[in-house]
Amino acid sequence: MIEVQDLSYRIGTARILDNVSLSLPRGGILALIGPNGAGKSTLLSLMARLLPLQQGRITVDDLEIGRCDDRDLAQCLAILPQSVQAASRLTVRDLVGFGRYPYHRGRPGATDRQLVEEGLALFDLLPLAERGLDTLSGGQRQRAFVAMTYVQDTDYLLLDEPLNNLDLAASRALMARLRDLADRKGRTIVIVLHDINFASAYADRVLVLKGGRLVADGPPEAVISSALIETVFETDARLHLVEGRPVVLV
Amino acid sequence: MYHNRLLLLGALCLAAVAAYLFTGVKGSLEFALMFRGKKLLALLLIGAAQGVAAVMFQTISGNRLLTPALMGFDALYVLILSAAVVVLGAPAYQQLDPGLLMLVNATLMSGAAVALFGLLLRKSAADMMRMLLTGVVLAVMLRSITGLLQRVIDPSEYAVVQAASYARFSRAETDLLGLSAALCLGALVLAWRMRHRLDVLALGPVAATSLGEPPLRGQRGALLLISILVAVSTALVGPVAFFGLLVSALTYLVLPTHRHAILLPGAALIAGLVLVGGQWALERVFAFATPLSVVVDFLGGLVFLLLLLKGVNR
Repeated sequence: MIEVQDLSYRIGTARILDNVSLSLPRGGILALIGPNGAGKSTLLSLMARLLPLQQGRITVDDLEIGRCDDRDLAQCLAILPQSVQAASRLTVRDLVGFGRYPYHRGRPGATDRQLVEEGLALFDLLPLAERGLDTLSGGQRQRAFVAMTYVQDTDYLLLDEPLNNLDLAASRALMARLRDLADRKGRTIVIVLHDINFASAYADRVLVLKGGRLVADGPPEAVISSALIETVFETDARLHLVEGRPVVLV
Repeated sequence: MYHNRLLLLGALCLAAVAAYLFTGVKGSLEFALMFRGKKLLALLLIGAAQGVAAVMFQTISGNRLLTPALMGFDALYVLILSAAVVVLGAPAYQQLDPGLLMLVNATLMSGAAVALFGLLLRKSAADMMRMLLTGVVLAVMLRSITGLLQRVIDPSEYAVVQAASYARFSRAETDLLGLSAALCLGALVLAWRMRHRLDVLALGPVAATSLGEPPLRGQRGALLLISILVAVSTALVGPVAFFGLLVSALTYLVLPTHRHAILLPGAALIAGLVLVGGQWALERVFAFATPLSVVVDFLGGLVFLLLLLKGVNR
């Protein structure tokens, strides 16, 4: 369980997050949505310890962010990178192999190698394994990153707008893989999404932020409504139910 | 995978060492070996220090154009020296034990470098151009402050400072060799032990954090080692502007891998090869017509321009 208590964050005098408290139980896909500047990415970055905590507390299971050992946390919570430096010198197998680093600290054993091969196979990356990262398409690269976090074998996975720069097919494939990780491997996935339709289609629960506050929380069918689009996103896009699922017409 | 190339580099380096030691000896071989041996050791130390420092710096800054020298690390060293001469006066300064001076200078420099460059990496790591510009401006500023200090002191004091402000491979300060070697080897051992962490840090802040290697702590550790390495090499020969860049660019060319277990020894060997081989060629073949620092800076500057024009920064 990820627990956030009284979290506030400021940049200069601007309040980005204002006393946010929430608890995210284990399992399923939790989508953070909200208009630009709502604080979604900041909230995720704070959970991911990419930003220093200013006020409030975040705990992941029994580990408190900012206090616990980084290595322990790395075996419990992974963050999907959008890109890596030194990509020109890394093959897909190298990259996925880094997922085991929190366990072997640079000296991979036989189990680590085996898990990496399993990860490569599970994500259909074996034919690409020896390719350099910079020779892959955006979708393939994203898949390699997800495979890396998969072999890291953590209960929690955080993703910040992973669908940026992906086309429709790659976006759907990525979301389907995440769905699969949640359903079959019991991983908890927290994801910042811009496209409400993707949240409505793939998430078990959506958390809506606006102006640094949590304004709605619940399953997508209950939360995503015309009223939400109007008051939170401040636009008059129409909403329809298609096959029982809310769909925003853009 | 690249072990063979590393072995080949080692063999080439040994060949350069042998050529440097044994060619063109006139008179007693024993005297020549002792005299040359010290210089050789100094060259190898400087090479390893500069090469490893450059590769480490490029890894933590995520940028293949930056080197400690370009960011003003050695300018900081000369500034601290000049300030010491101004504060203490030349006579008192010259009576100080050079070993003690180097230790104090290296300590001061490490502190200043971690504070200054740590802040710079934290504030502008995401923006490569801003970081490059800030670094270059910082280097110019440090050099200008040094210049100002050197202008306000009297000529005899200036002569003391001046000796520390120019690179001179042929007259390395061999008196400091023992202490330098100890410091340098210590820092190199610690750098070697960081090799797996450096591999992870090279992935960038998000991936490194996710893998349990927070970039801030890694950067601080690496900056500390880099400043010790640069301080030692600057104390031995003075500032060398483009040498680190030349070595790191050659290293990535010969060893296109992400693994620091290969890159760090590779950089040390390539740097040794360039320095010892270059010094041998200039002393024995071209009979001291041009100082090595000029050749190295010329080639290094050329590499810098090429990299800049090609847009290679990762």
